[in-house]
Formats: sequence, structure tokens, C-alpha cells
Amino acid sequence: MHLVLFFIFGGFCVAGALNLLLQRHPINSALSLIVVMTSLAVLYLLLGAEFLAAVQVIVYSGAIMVLFTFVIMLLNAQREERTHGSRAAYILGFPGAAALFALLTFIFISNGKSLGFAVLGPDMVSTSQLSSVLFRDLLLPFEVTSVLILIAILGAVALARHHEPHKDESKTQGKER
Amino acid sequence: MNFWWFLLLSIIKIAVVLVILLTAVAYTVLLERKVVGRIQNRWGPSRVGPFGLLQPLADGLKLFLKEDLLPTAVYKPLYILAPVIALACALTSIAVVPFGADIKFKGVDLFQIANVNIGLLVILAVTSVGVYGIALSGWSSNNKYSLLGALRSSAQLVSYELALGLSLVGVVLRAGSLNLRTIVDVQATHGALSWNIFGGFQIVAFFVYLTAAYAETNRTPFDLPEAESELTAGYHTEYSSMKFAMFFMSEYANMITVSCVATLLFLGGWSSPFGHLFPSFGPVIDAILPVFWFVAKVFFFLFVYIWVRGTLPRFRYDQLMGFGWKVLLPVAIANIVVTSLWLGFTRPL
Amino acid sequence: MVPVSYYLILSAILFSIGVGAFLIKRNIITIFMSIELMLNAVNLSFVAFANYWNQINHQFSGQIFVFFVMVVAAAEAAVGLAIIIALFRTRKTLNVDQVDLMKL
Repeated sequence: MHLVLFFIFGGFCVAGALNLLLQRHPINSALSLIVVMTSLAVLYLLLGAEFLAAVQVIVYSGAIMVLFTFVIMLLNAQREERTHGSRAAYILGFPGAAALFALLTFIFISNGKSLGFAVLGPDMVSTSQLSSVLFRDLLLPFEVTSVLILIAILGAVALARHHEPHKDESKTQGKER
Repeated sequence: MNFWWFLLLSIIKIAVVLVILLTAVAYTVLLERKVVGRIQNRWGPSRVGPFGLLQPLADGLKLFLKEDLLPTAVYKPLYILAPVIALACALTSIAVVPFGADIKFKGVDLFQIANVNIGLLVILAVTSVGVYGIALSGWSSNNKYSLLGALRSSAQLVSYELALGLSLVGVVLRAGSLNLRTIVDVQATHGALSWNIFGGFQIVAFFVYLTAAYAETNRTPFDLPEAESELTAGYHTEYSSMKFAMFFMSEYANMITVSCVATLLFLGGWSSPFGHLFPSFGPVIDAILPVFWFVAKVFFFLFVYIWVRGTLPRFRYDQLMGFGWKVLLPVAIANIVVTSLWLGFTRPL
Repeated sequence: MVPVSYYLILSAILFSIGVGAFLIKRNIITIFMSIELMLNAVNLSFVAFANYWNQINHQFSGQIFVFFVMVVAAAEAAVGLAIIIALFRTRKTLNVDQVDLMKL
């Protein structure tokens, strides 16, 4: 059962990631990334991380990717065209990624025996266990990230707002279809 | 718990809940037309069947028989996928809602499809994915009204989701759990006096939740994504026939889910308002009575939805965003601070 | 029962696809999305290791790491997309090859 679920949702992950790579329109890439993230949430459940599974869907699929699709729609992004720069990336990119993958897979397979098995059920980490670690032992890092979020909000607002009055036309141009 | 019993009962439960939910959706539409009609001093639908009771059937049949137009300029895969996403997310979130007391048959919960430890988060997660239905429908229609509606809707949903989530934290703090059954059990001790809205002092959170939920479901006074005076029909301008019906059904199914969550979190779910005042009426009545209370409370929320629609005018878009960020969010945060201070002083660790 | 190494290999696959997409994509939004894919792949390996340590000595710090990565990713997405909007306003393009001048 566990193995079947792993292969189904792992397959979804890989298919979604490959689709992200192959699609030329940003909105299709964004949708395949949503598939990857939602399937990852199921894999987190299989690994006993129920809170993270829910947060993965809420934060990644429900907030971050909504922002991405929002920006794609707002800027009316078109299919990307191939240019000279991408040739070099084709030659360097694929071998580099393949070499990285081969190295990582070799290490994981050679150490596979010592890593043991993931079993469904007994190793579930409950939300209260997670929060007691987060709010007792790691309180300072938690507070620091909240400051980080605040700075990020301020930065985003400062970056995206208009500075000069004549920039108004560029905003309407983005929505034009 | 036998696996095959579990599978069989689960499938039966899913089928029954789906049928009831879709019927409830159809009759919520009728209720809305009737109540809004009475508010505006007219009769509402009254010709089809007694009191217009067969009107939903006639509407469904009409939409089913309409020609399914596919405009030439649309981006086809997403245009077809969008209503499916919207309806699927609207129907999925009901799966973790408990409808009645914890009664087991062969080890399977009778009144809940899935009892999940993180039930509340599951509802938030599924509804947060539902925004793609609206966003993609607007984008793929290749129509400026649809696109504007979709942009408005996704911005509105992302902003109000914060206030919505934060308003629920007070309830979760009080119950100490994200499990919907535990949250209800905490409120079931002294009848209506121990409900979160009264005894839990979560009345501020209740109103923040209700306001944010109206914005999440795109209902008046926050129905800017489909404001007919500015955007014809908003994101579903280009949709016809069953695809349009799917958007329509998803909107009402979302309303029902929101009402269910409000009932569970603030009005004590299936627990009786009289607590344990009356003696037990025997096992069968004891099983059915909680379901009756639950349905009555959900019906009350649906009525409030329609009442608000018949009463309030629509917001302007900048007012909507300003209200979400500058009023609802600070109030929700203040509620969390006050609730946690109060719990910290009254309930020492 | 699934070996933990399967999850790690899946995470390696996703990470390599993310690297490949990062290198060959020309649209700045898609490049940003492949960064998110790589972050997600790393998160999966963190959760897999958390499962392994949880079985041995009830440690699940890996899940805490994922929590922090998600927080940082959310902040990063907000700032990054704001930068993309500002860039599009001044350059009128999303293609990274055409954004190669430091002056306007």
C-alpha cells in the first residue's frame, strides 16, 4: 500500500517537474509545479509529517503559487522564445544536472541499507510535538523569521509601488491582451 | 477494523454525503431566490411545483440541455480544467466535517467521512487550492472582463485568507487541537454557554471569520470578481451550460462548507444548545438529534448569507483591500493576543 | 514499507530537474519557479531524514528545517515577484537575455 502510494505520487512529482522543464508557456509550468507541490504534500504524509503536509499545501500551493500565477496573469507573460544565450545553457546545463543526479543517486543507493525503511503510521509527528520544539527550544530563530517576513513585506511593497507619475501607462500595458 | 468494511462504508458515506450536499446546493439556490424575493417584496419562484419547490430541478435541466459553447479564442485545456478544479475543491473540503456525535459501526465513524488530526488545516488547504479554478478560468477565457474578475478574485482571496486563518487561531488555542471533533467536544460541556462564541469569548473572532469567509466565497458585499455592473459576469463571462453550472455549484458548495466550519468552530457543532439539561431519549434519537442541531445551525448561517446579500451594497475595490489589511487583520491579531494572555493566566501549565 | 533511500532518490531527481530547468529556461518567472522546485526537493530529503531519525531516537529536527525553509521561501517569493514586476515595468520584457545592461 505504502509502496503503491509512493510510486503514484512520486510519479506525479517527476511528471510535473519534467512538464515544468518542457512547457514553453509560464502558466503551464506554474500549473505543473502546483502538481509537484501537492504530490509532495502526500509524500510528507507518508513520511509521518502531517502538519508539514497541510502547511505545504496552504503555503506553497495556496499562497506562493497563487502569487506566481497572479504575476504571470498581470504581466501577460507570453511563450518564451529561444535566444543565443540558451544554446550554451543547453550544452552545459543537461550534463551538469545529469552528473549531479548520478552522484546523488550513487551515494543514496550505496548507503540505502543503512537508512532503513519508512513505515506508515507509528512515526507520525503530531502538531503538538512539533510546536513544543519550535516554541521552546527554537524560540529565537522563530522570532527572527517573523522579523524576516516583516522586512520582506516592506521590501515587496517598496519595490512594487509606483515612483513617478508617468509610469501609470506601463501598468495598463501589462493587462492588455 | 476490517479493511473491507472500512472501504464499503467509506464509499457509502461518500456517496450519501455527495448526494445530500448537491441537493443542499440546489435548494440553497432556491432558498436564496425565495428569501431575496421576499426582501425585495416579490414572490420569488412560485410556478414550478408547490411553492416553487421543483424550480432547482427545472434550472438543472435547463442548464444541462443548453448548448455547450466553446469560444474560439480560449486556451482550451485550462478553460475546461478550471471549472473542474473549482467544483472538486468545493466538494472535497466537506470530507473532514463531522455531522453528528461520535457513533461507530464496525469501527467506522458514521457521521464523518474522515476523522483527521489536522482537520481544520485540511479545510483551509483545500479551499486555498480552489482559487486556481477562478484564476485559470479568467486567464484562459481570453476576455478582459474575465481576466479582471480573476485578478480581483485572486488578490482578494490571498488577502482575506490571512484574516480568516488568524481568526481561527483563538479557537484552536482554546481547544488545544486542530481536530474538529476535539474542538466541538470542548464546547459541548454546558450547552450554549460553553460555545466559543459566548463562553469562549471568541465573538470578535467570529465576526472576523464571517466577514473574511464572505470575501473568500465571493459573496456580497465582497462579490467584486463578478460585479455585474462593471465586469458583466466576471470570471465566468465566457462559460455556458454545464461548465457554468459547475462554477455556480462550487460557489454554493463553498457557502455550505463555510457555514459548516462556522458551526463547528463557534456554535458548538452538533452539540445541543441545552447541554445535558434533558435526559436521554434512547439510542436512536440520541444519534439523530445532534445531526438535527448541526443542520439547523448550518441553515441559520445560510440564511444570514442570503440576508446579507439582500441588505448590503457592494464595496469598492480599494475599500475592500483596505478593509482586509487595515481592519480585519489587526483585529484578528489583537484577538489572538488577548485570547492567549487570558488562557495563559487562567490555565497555568 | 518503503526504503528511505527511495525518497532521497526522488528528491535527487527533482533537484536535478530543477537545476536543468534553471539553466535552460529564459523566462525569469520560470527560472524563479525552478528555484522553488529545488527548494521543494531539498525539503523532501529533510522530511525523509527526519523520518529516519525519528525512528532511531525520536528526533525530528528535519521537519523544523522544512518549516523554516517554507517561511523563507514565502518571503523570497514576495520580494522576488516584486522585483520581477519592477523589472518588467522598466524593461518591458521578461527574457533574461535581454536584461543585460545595468543602465536603463
